[in-house]
Amino acid sequence: MSSLSTTPAETPNVDSDASLADRPPRTLVDKIWDAHLVRDETADTPAILYVDLHLVHEVTSAQAFHELRQRRIGVRRPDRTIATMDHSTPTLLAPGKRRLQVADSQAAAQLDTLERHCADFGVPLLNLEHPGRGIVHVIGPELGLTQPGMTIVCGDSHTSTHGAFGALAFGIGTSEVADVLATQCLLQSRPRTMEVRVDGALGAGVTAKDVVLAMIAQIGVAGGQGHVIEYTGSAIRALDMEGRMTVCNMSIEAGARAGLVAPDETTYSWLMGRRHAPTGEAWSVALADWQSYRSDPGACYDRSLVIDASTLVPMVSYGTNPGMTIPISATVPAPDPSSDPKDRAHLEQALRYMGLTAGQRIAGQRVDVVFIGSCTNSRLGDLRAAAGVLAGRRVAPHVRLLVVPGSQDVKRQAEAEGLDAIVRAAGGEWRESGCSMCIAMNGDQLQPGQFAVSTSNRNFEGRQGKGGRTFLASPLTAAASAVAGAIADPRSLA
Amino acid sequence: MPPITHLTSPAILLALDDIDTDQIIPARFLKTTERQGLGRHLFADWRYAADGTSLPGFILNAPSSAGRRILVAGRNFGCGSSREHAPWALADCGFQAVIAPSFADIFRNNALKNGLVPVQLSPGSHDALVRQLTERPDEELHLNIAKSRLDAFGASHSFPLAPFARHCLLEGIDQLGYLLGAQHEIARYEAGHPAAFCTTS
Ligand code: SF4
Repeated sequence: MSSLSTTPAETPNVDSDASLADRPPRTLVDKIWDAHLVRDETADTPAILYVDLHLVHEVTSAQAFHELRQRRIGVRRPDRTIATMDHSTPTLLAPGKRRLQVADSQAAAQLDTLERHCADFGVPLLNLEHPGRGIVHVIGPELGLTQPGMTIVCGDSHTSTHGAFGALAFGIGTSEVADVLATQCLLQSRPRTMEVRVDGALGAGVTAKDVVLAMIAQIGVAGGQGHVIEYTGSAIRALDMEGRMTVCNMSIEAGARAGLVAPDETTYSWLMGRRHAPTGEAWSVALADWQSYRSDPGACYDRSLVIDASTLVPMVSYGTNPGMTIPISATVPAPDPSSDPKDRAHLEQALRYMGLTAGQRIAGQRVDVVFIGSCTNSRLGDLRAAAGVLAGRRVAPHVRLLVVPGSQDVKRQAEAEGLDAIVRAAGGEWRESGCSMCIAMNGDQLQPGQFAVSTSNRNFEGRQGKGGRTFLASPLTAAASAVAGAIADPRSLA
Repeated sequence: MPPITHLTSPAILLALDDIDTDQIIPARFLKTTERQGLGRHLFADWRYAADGTSLPGFILNAPSSAGRRILVAGRNFGCGSSREHAPWALADCGFQAVIAPSFADIFRNNALKNGLVPVQLSPGSHDALVRQLTERPDEELHLNIAKSRLDAFGASHSFPLAPFARHCLLEGIDQLGYLLGAQHEIARYEAGHPAAFCTTS
């Protein structure tokens, strides 16, 4: 792979530029939006928005490549496109082999199809054998491809993860994947903006995952609809990049179009030295540009929400969407007879599916499986946090613990630190990277009726396997629960 | 995409809130590389028992549901995964419109790309429609795309449809074709932003 070249953005976004003194203050989202307009929107037509980076995976791309073939057109910018294999990929090596064993012939055909499309269209691919392979939202940042001020899309709703770097990053459908492959552009209308300010310090045992779960519990799974969320405040600034990615990742679970955090020193130092990050002179030029990507003082958001970090505790979901989440010390809510009958029916249905009783304490609920992985929580820091709990302890005998690193690179680093040995010594399984039990397409799945604590992002019915029941939580809570054999507050394991 | 101007059909009522795309089509059916043929997996986990037989209690399995082209759902329809397989499965089952008080953003985009009309009603109109359909489930509903109106039970409701989206539905416009028509502007933009901050190759 060649090294990277960099030039300053054509229009400087520098706040102090005298010629811009009269310009109304803009939010970070506005700045990225404005810098990527090929054609502005009108009363009758949406904007044509340029896409800097297009990430591709096997599940949502085949029909898009096919569309290009039918029209006999190529990929406009293969140099701004990168593909990986993650969703239906195996996490186990074939017995006695160093090769991964694909679960079924349909998954294998889908992987072959991506391989063929990428070869034919000249799109770089991190295939099953590639050492850089991993979950698409883990490898983008890891390779230094995800950078501040960019527009980034992928046929995957958790593309919002990349917003942690101050990029406008969002998921698209397969027809739109074809649009971007063919034109590097999308038809879009300007999103509304929402500020979620998280101030104060997080207590011990409370993590980025708990912050975002608490936010979703507060605003609901449709609370961010039509909006891009900008996360601000001292608690967000204090998060490392991995924590910020966890928060941005789950923006979509609040219904938001995207989530982002303005870049700062934490961002720049994370990026420096990454494979595709600029170097030398190009680094200084890029840095000057990146520093302009922050909301101006006085910029207006369409909505705002303030969260006091010091009041947050570990959170765990109890229902069948991520909004159905409570503090780990709380009891499962009872349907309120005075509430809307539809809401009541919704909650009753969720509790029936989950096999829970209104009023029971969520802590202490027996679990069968613990899954530590997914683009929400499978990075090195997540695995370190889990290993910190598991070290010197044993997973409860009735619990199956599955630890799936987010990428092969995360896996190698974790192994270099001995985290795999800690997981295995505790009785857990240590796997190759991929989406695995987050989406249950590769054979890693719950059996009907099983209870699982999962560090992933969706507790929808059947998400982790038909009939499976998911409790979303942080890696600390997941590891503590694996040891206890039941949902456990990580703060109780001193 | 074939143009759609009017639609008259009785509806299927599935007025649950927050129906996510994992329910519309579970992930295990996403290993296909085709767009067609997904209709048989629509709402698979609500529709079929473990042995594959149809569950009689589920509305889609009622004999009277056959041939109906409108789905009436609850708030935040299509939330969760961005999978376009969800509107593909709905369209493959013959649906041409979904009526709900709100839609997840990505689902709305995906639906419009496939000629599936997202009809967003105010919560009040939606509640009334659900009540009326509960009493008279076989009533025909009428959609007029050009006027963005839904006529049902003697009432007429307008629903929001961006002018461009409406135009594309009415004319069967292919949006990729529209974007390809802007290639000169795209090239000009690229020339003004000559080098990428990153190159993947
Ligand atoms: S880990 Fe889960 S949420 Fe993330 S990209 Fe994979 S399937 Fe989607």
